[in-house]
Amino acid sequence: MDALATPLFEMDGISKRYGGVHALRDAALSVEGGRIHAILGENGAGKSTLIKIIAGVVAADSGRMMLEGREVTFASPSQASRAGIACVFQELSLVPDLTVADNIFISDPPRRYGLIDRAAQRRMAEAALARAGASDIHPMAQIRDLPLSRRQMVEIAKALARNPRILILDEATSALTQSDVTKVFDVLKRLRQEGLALLYISHRMQEIAKLADICTVFRNGRNVATYEAGTKSDNEVVELMIGREYRHVFPPKPRPVPANQNPVLEIANLSWSDRLRNVSLSVQAGEVVGLGGLDGQGQRELLLALFGVLRGVTGGLRIDGKAVTIAGPRSAKAPRVGMALIPEDRKTEGLMLPMSVRDNLSFAALARVSKAGVIDFGAERRLIAEMMSLLAIRASSIDAPVGSLSGGNQQKVVIAKWLMVTPRIILLNDPTRGIDVGTKQELYKLLRRLAESGVAIIFYSTDYDELINCCNRVLVLYDGSVISELEGEGITDRALVASALSIGADKGSQAPAVAR
Amino acid sequence: METNEAQPAARPLIFLARWFDPSVAIAFGCIIVLLFLGSLYSPSFLSPEYLLQQLKVASFLGVIATGMMLVILLGQIDLSVPWVVALGGMMSSAIVGWGPVGHALAIPFGISCGIAIGLLNGIGVAYLRIPSMIITLAMNAVVQGLMVVHTGGFSPQDSASAAMRFLATGFIVPNLPNAVLVWALIGALTIFALNRTTFGRAIYAIGNSERAAYLSGAPTQRVVMATFAISGGLSAFAGVLLAGYASKAAQAMGDPYLLPAIAAVVLGGTSILGGRGTYLGTVAGVILITLLQSILSVMQIAEAGRQIIYGVVIIAMMLLYGRERLRR
Amino acid sequence: MKDWRYIIREQRGTLIAMALFVAMFAIYVTNHPAGFTLNVVTTASNKGVLLAFIAMAQTLVVVTAGIDLSLGMIFVLTNCLASWLVTGSPLETAFGVAAVLAAGLACGMLNGLIVIFGRLQPIVTTIATGAIFFGMALLLRPVPGGEVNQDLADALTGKLADKVPASLVVLIAVVLVVWMPFRRSLTGRAAYATGSSEAAAYMSGVAIRKARFVAYSLAGLLAGIGGLFLTFFTYSGEASAANGNTYTLYSIAAVVLGGVSLFGGIGSAIGAIFGAFAFRTIGDLLFVFDLEPLWQPLFQGVVLLLAVCLGAFRLLQIRNRLDYFG
Repeated sequence: MDALATPLFEMDGISKRYGGVHALRDAALSVEGGRIHAILGENGAGKSTLIKIIAGVVAADSGRMMLEGREVTFASPSQASRAGIACVFQELSLVPDLTVADNIFISDPPRRYGLIDRAAQRRMAEAALARAGASDIHPMAQIRDLPLSRRQMVEIAKALARNPRILILDEATSALTQSDVTKVFDVLKRLRQEGLALLYISHRMQEIAKLADICTVFRNGRNVATYEAGTKSDNEVVELMIGREYRHVFPPKPRPVPANQNPVLEIANLSWSDRLRNVSLSVQAGEVVGLGGLDGQGQRELLLALFGVLRGVTGGLRIDGKAVTIAGPRSAKAPRVGMALIPEDRKTEGLMLPMSVRDNLSFAALARVSKAGVIDFGAERRLIAEMMSLLAIRASSIDAPVGSLSGGNQQKVVIAKWLMVTPRIILLNDPTRGIDVGTKQELYKLLRRLAESGVAIIFYSTDYDELINCCNRVLVLYDGSVISELEGEGITDRALVASALSIGADKGSQAPAVAR
Repeated sequence: METNEAQPAARPLIFLARWFDPSVAIAFGCIIVLLFLGSLYSPSFLSPEYLLQQLKVASFLGVIATGMMLVILLGQIDLSVPWVVALGGMMSSAIVGWGPVGHALAIPFGISCGIAIGLLNGIGVAYLRIPSMIITLAMNAVVQGLMVVHTGGFSPQDSASAAMRFLATGFIVPNLPNAVLVWALIGALTIFALNRTTFGRAIYAIGNSERAAYLSGAPTQRVVMATFAISGGLSAFAGVLLAGYASKAAQAMGDPYLLPAIAAVVLGGTSILGGRGTYLGTVAGVILITLLQSILSVMQIAEAGRQIIYGVVIIAMMLLYGRERLRR
Repeated sequence: MKDWRYIIREQRGTLIAMALFVAMFAIYVTNHPAGFTLNVVTTASNKGVLLAFIAMAQTLVVVTAGIDLSLGMIFVLTNCLASWLVTGSPLETAFGVAAVLAAGLACGMLNGLIVIFGRLQPIVTTIATGAIFFGMALLLRPVPGGEVNQDLADALTGKLADKVPASLVVLIAVVLVVWMPFRRSLTGRAAYATGSSEAAAYMSGVAIRKARFVAYSLAGLLAGIGGLFLTFFTYSGEASAANGNTYTLYSIAAVVLGGVSLFGGIGSAIGAIFGAFAFRTIGDLLFVFDLEPLWQPLFQGVVLLLAVCLGAFRLLQIRNRLDYFG
């Protein structure tokens, strides 16, 4: 690339404040065509805000943007779109009750006599889907009926349909299956060759290593470093991101738990709809059991089934050896069972965002701080203070709305909320998705401490490193059943991938393969 | 760097911020403005007798608005108010005709009828997941049908009991109408329930995110059902009071109360989407609406003019402080 | 072949409403002493058409995840206005009709302006504007009265070419001229997108405000057409609050029966029309089965309640309780 050429897009001195929080301070960025530019940084570092400003979703307080040397401002997403900027967001921008084709061309459909030309729209949608590597998606399907991974592919197709010059992906692969991710990477590389500028935000270091040409690190709202990909080690990068020394990402690997104790949780032949088939597992006190496998193989459904959220679940459940039926979260929470679930989406399932930190924290454990339905404010305050210091939750005050906290702190509130009911079994549904490195480390340490104090943990994660380093055992699921079980040293990257993809000659058999 | 807890000096300010809802302040401000305007028209407007009379009239609306507020806090709405009010008035008067037992049971019976309808509403919303707007609407039609059959289409002839009349028009405390005391008592219980009980917390939580409340193990279905039952009971109780006030029930006696109840709750700062609002605001909203209606009738403005002014004033006040935040 | 499955999936609410109405009407007609004659159909059509217009109007607003509780009052206001203006020579009558329709449109635009630019919640806004519209109706007609061009009225409430009810023809014409173009236009789709997910619509650059404004405005226009037709039926104007409230509430019932989701984004005015006709047929069914008039309001209420609870059967299919929460 010609180093003297004007960058395709430049930002200079951009600042943005939300109330008292500085999301961006004097941020700068320079983007060139034909290169994949990765943006890294902790949550709260300003990446998402930066992207939203480029995409016209929010307005900067100060600073300027230049497109091909000319200054531009975007008062709305459609203006940015017309300028050739397309964005695939972390929160999907798809309308659930419209079809795939309607969504792809939602803002600028082909028209005839002033009305939308459905036939032409459908043809163009099929072309866009093909360009995104997602031809298996029917253009007339309703978004509501598609699983999350398909929806994200539609998002990408939608961005490509506008023939952008700059394509921005903000955590766009977080819900994709491995094969989808590979397809998307191929598409991105092809686009790079066509001369597009690509901005890629992700927390996944492996992806960035495979994809990026240039990397920029953001910290506390500023651009702290820009370098060619591969010229810095992972350690150095993470240090840039969190700005402090650290040695290990993970606490020491767990010691194996003796298998002769009575299991705290035991399920036999659990089935549900066509998503879970004859799943059996047992968890001891102090054991961390991971759920692995490709995305969407029933891991989330298993956790929901255990928690009593699914209807029509068949199969036996035993807590401490006694047969139990869990009718819903309320009975799962009860001391008899003592189960907690850290849900998939903290914003809609884990927290009441407009309510205060205090109200959110104490909500699951209100029975502990009240008598006959009347809340004891003093006891509540004490318990909350305890939890906030235990988990080092950073908030301006306990009366601040929990929606104003950063993603990592929000997740800590969710976990603290559940720790208040002193659970014996904790289910975690991909708890570190979209969380910054610093908070992740704290969570790993916390899980270790909880396991050591005797809590049984079932941990679903899409991150292989987490499964390898945090779990005693990992059950790999495929199509709703357990196809293999890995233990201790046998939990490796290779073993996880191999099991996850293992369809082979044993597809018919139900016997799990155990690797040690 | 952010701190874990607010600095000691900032705590009282934050405490105030929790209680100081700007919309409540504006509502009370508007009340003062209305009182001032009224006093310009006629000096007796500010006399204690007149103001107490206004409070008494406001009490009936206040009781209904209390139930409505609880339901709106959940993010739902109760459109069965008109005929549940009538149900309460008519049923309590009807049972008075059953002798001394009837006299004693009149008030509880009237309220129980309302609670029963409220329970049905609650079951529909909480367990059958029917949108509250439509099920309470259907319930309203059913209760209307029942009352038409009960009265044979004519005006009800039963009289209210002495107890009902005493509650509505008597004076336990000299010069302070009983109806106001009743409203105050209900209000105190409501404030306590909303702020200090697990039930109240659950209502706010469900209004903010029923999904998150459910996943946190809250008994969401029971709370919703109970809230609708309370709303039904309060509406019926208001009907009992109204029947006591007029010494008998009347056809469609609840119709004039639905829209003012909703308006009062919303003008008091409670969000129609649920999860946000204080009872103090509802009190302000009720007084505001009552004063507005009084002033308009005192000025002898024809019904047409009153309706127009009523609508314009509500919109004006909402434009002042009921607006949603700008997205960007 | 696969395409048909997707089409049915998209239109399922409307199809169910249509089936419901056809079934009810069939029962009515087979039990009616006169049977399936043009007169019977015309009477049924005339009674249902008024609610059908208001239901269409309500659909437009509900689809954007809003609600318009002033539609009944726009209906009443335009009725009173028509009883003044739609008389005299053909030219005067035509002018009167145009003025009445413009008034309906203006009422809708007022609702739209306040909700969108005032950023006020639709429920309370339309309650307030409903009061304003009613007040204006009272000013026009303190007591019932007035007149209307009888030739026009009779033509539009009678039979066209002795074959079909004229009111039905007008309804279909309005659907073709107002609803279909709206549905297929960018603004119409924007309305659906807004109701389905305003956040996603905003991020996608959808013209949300314009869609809402057009929805409320057209709703006012359709309610105005309803009011005009009421004048043709009654030959007079009456400022009846009870009537206005009834039509508003019944329009919500019709909309729900018609498969339109109160949460927005789903449904069609055609379904709402079937819902309106089905709802009206309830009363007719009671008449045909010789039930005492005193019991009719109760039966209408119970049937409404049952119909509304039928939707709960969908619940039995839900396997994941998280799907309960919208």
